[in-house]
Amino acid sequence: MMWKRIYALFVARNTEFFRDRSALAWSILLPILIIIVFAFAFTDENPEKFKVAYLVSEDIVTEESNSAFKKFLATRYIQFIPVQVIDRNLKKIKRHQIDLLIDPQTSRYWINQTSPNGYIVEKLLIAAYINAIQAPIQTMVAGDQVRYIDWVIPGVIAMNTMWGALFGIGFVIVRYRKMGVLKRLRATPVKSIEFLTAQIMSRLWLLITVNTLIFIGMDFFFDFRMFGSYLDLFLVFTLGCICLICCGLLIAARISNEEVANGLLNVISWPMMFLSGVWFSLEGAHPWMQKFALALPLTHVTEAAREIMIDGAGLAQVSDHLLVLMGTSVLLLLIGAKIFRWE
Amino acid sequence: MSIILQVSHLVKKFGDLTAVNDVSFNIHAGSCVGLLGPNGAGKTTTIELLEGIKTPTSGNITYNGKPLGQQFRNEAGIMFQNTALQEFVTVKEMLIQFSRFYPKTANIEQLVKDYALEEFLHQDTRKLSGGQKQRVLLAIALINHPKILFLDEPTTGLDPQSRHNLWEQVRRVKDNGATILLTTHYMEEAYELCDEIAIMDHGEIIAHDAPDALLALHFNDVVVQLREQDILPMIGEEVFGATYRNGSAHIVTSDVNSTVKKLLQLKVPLEHLRIRARDLEDLFLELTGKALRS
Repeated sequence: MMWKRIYALFVARNTEFFRDRSALAWSILLPILIIIVFAFAFTDENPEKFKVAYLVSEDIVTEESNSAFKKFLATRYIQFIPVQVIDRNLKKIKRHQIDLLIDPQTSRYWINQTSPNGYIVEKLLIAAYINAIQAPIQTMVAGDQVRYIDWVIPGVIAMNTMWGALFGIGFVIVRYRKMGVLKRLRATPVKSIEFLTAQIMSRLWLLITVNTLIFIGMDFFFDFRMFGSYLDLFLVFTLGCICLICCGLLIAARISNEEVANGLLNVISWPMMFLSGVWFSLEGAHPWMQKFALALPLTHVTEAAREIMIDGAGLAQVSDHLLVLMGTSVLLLLIGAKIFRWE
Repeated sequence: MSIILQVSHLVKKFGDLTAVNDVSFNIHAGSCVGLLGPNGAGKTTTIELLEGIKTPTSGNITYNGKPLGQQFRNEAGIMFQNTALQEFVTVKEMLIQFSRFYPKTANIEQLVKDYALEEFLHQDTRKLSGGQKQRVLLAIALINHPKILFLDEPTTGLDPQSRHNLWEQVRRVKDNGATILLTTHYMEEAYELCDEIAIMDHGEIIAHDAPDALLALHFNDVVVQLREQDILPMIGEEVFGATYRNGSAHIVTSDVNSTVKKLLQLKVPLEHLRIRARDLEDLFLELTGKALRS
């Protein structure tokens, strides 16, 4: 009986969604437009700020030991990030999180040959070292190069999931409450957990379908990297969808005013969009901001998807992200169901 | 008749406001009870407490001797005062959806036929007229073959045709043996449909009985009604204690002969004189007063 009721609510919500053509078109077209615009825009963009990592030694104060490097350090619009090890940072160069890595002691530097930022920073480095005794030695990062589009696509799909989940669930429930649809349902044997489950299932399959279509469409146009397992990626996005849907449910649990809901959803979604590493890396950002980003579900969806798609990671390697998403989902759903109000 | 719904010492407070104040009554199976009262009297709060939509601050409600629970949910039909239907779905899809919520359901085709829903069965719920929407909401309330039906102002905002049509539907439900509790502002509606009426004011029930019994209890007089232009308020109010509403002067009297005699002496034209028995509206105004309520 419970599943019969959930099925009835699931069907009703899907019917409503598919017949509301403007909402349907918006859900599919928006992410495609974003992808196309960003793919073209970012291919040629010169961001104001570049990121250069430099190796620090404990024995020698590196920048003082090398006047050429000191000159390079004085370059404006470059953010210099001191690092201790090479290996981990080579991966970041590969993933466009850092534009250049330099060891000032040996004057050796690493860049990603497909990175436009890396190219420019390299020119600035060479200019700074023009009168130096030892010219800088270029080393290309080994292995396949990651284009910006490869790096950004997992984040964009995750971001689309976030918009669809938060607004698709949050707004709909608040509208139902305001219109009295929830009150009418309360007068039936339907329980709050059945209603919430139906909403999660309905939104989940819609998001998965839309994400799959976007994935296939974008792959057709941009032929992006996918080194990991499709099944693993599916699992990551499914968990991400559930977690973000639960987030929307929690926001909509009590509110009956669309303006308040809209404000709250924006308060949550905009920081997530900018601090979850969807468009740019938080490498070099203030440590508290990096820690805050780790509390955002979108960060974990984006990171796990990138690791699978770009690095070919397996489930074990992204298990920390999956655990965070699972735990957050359960917590949000429990709180949401507890405080849920029909009216 | 057995008691289907028992209400004892029901209280509902919203902060400092007591919307329902120590209300107790019983509803017998198969009866139709009307809850009347001015705006803000506590009718909707009371009916929503009985529907299990709101939780009482104190007091008890039992359905067939048990607290309101799953059995009540399965056997109750509810039509709210203001309910929006889910958008972008047709009337038929709506009926099917609600039928899936209950273990026992009415035959949808029969329901459609009985409540004349055929002409807009495949229409989007957003495109229904007020009367059509009320018929759909009534059909939804009846989808589970309810043993008890709650109707909160079911005909408010409807034209006379739609209102009479809905009364017919409610009579049909009653004839099928269901118990009905309805709130209304229309005294005629209460008189037409209800076996018992309860009049509420300031959160309390101030009168509860069969309509004719209440009238007999409160009135032993009649109303002599004249056109306002035939008897000036100065004479009407001063001499007869008349009240004026809807363009008429209403003189309440237990001695019609002497009243008419006095009217003739004062040369009041009697061509449009009407004598009528006191009705529910008189009773309602007598018990709740004539001051406007918000």
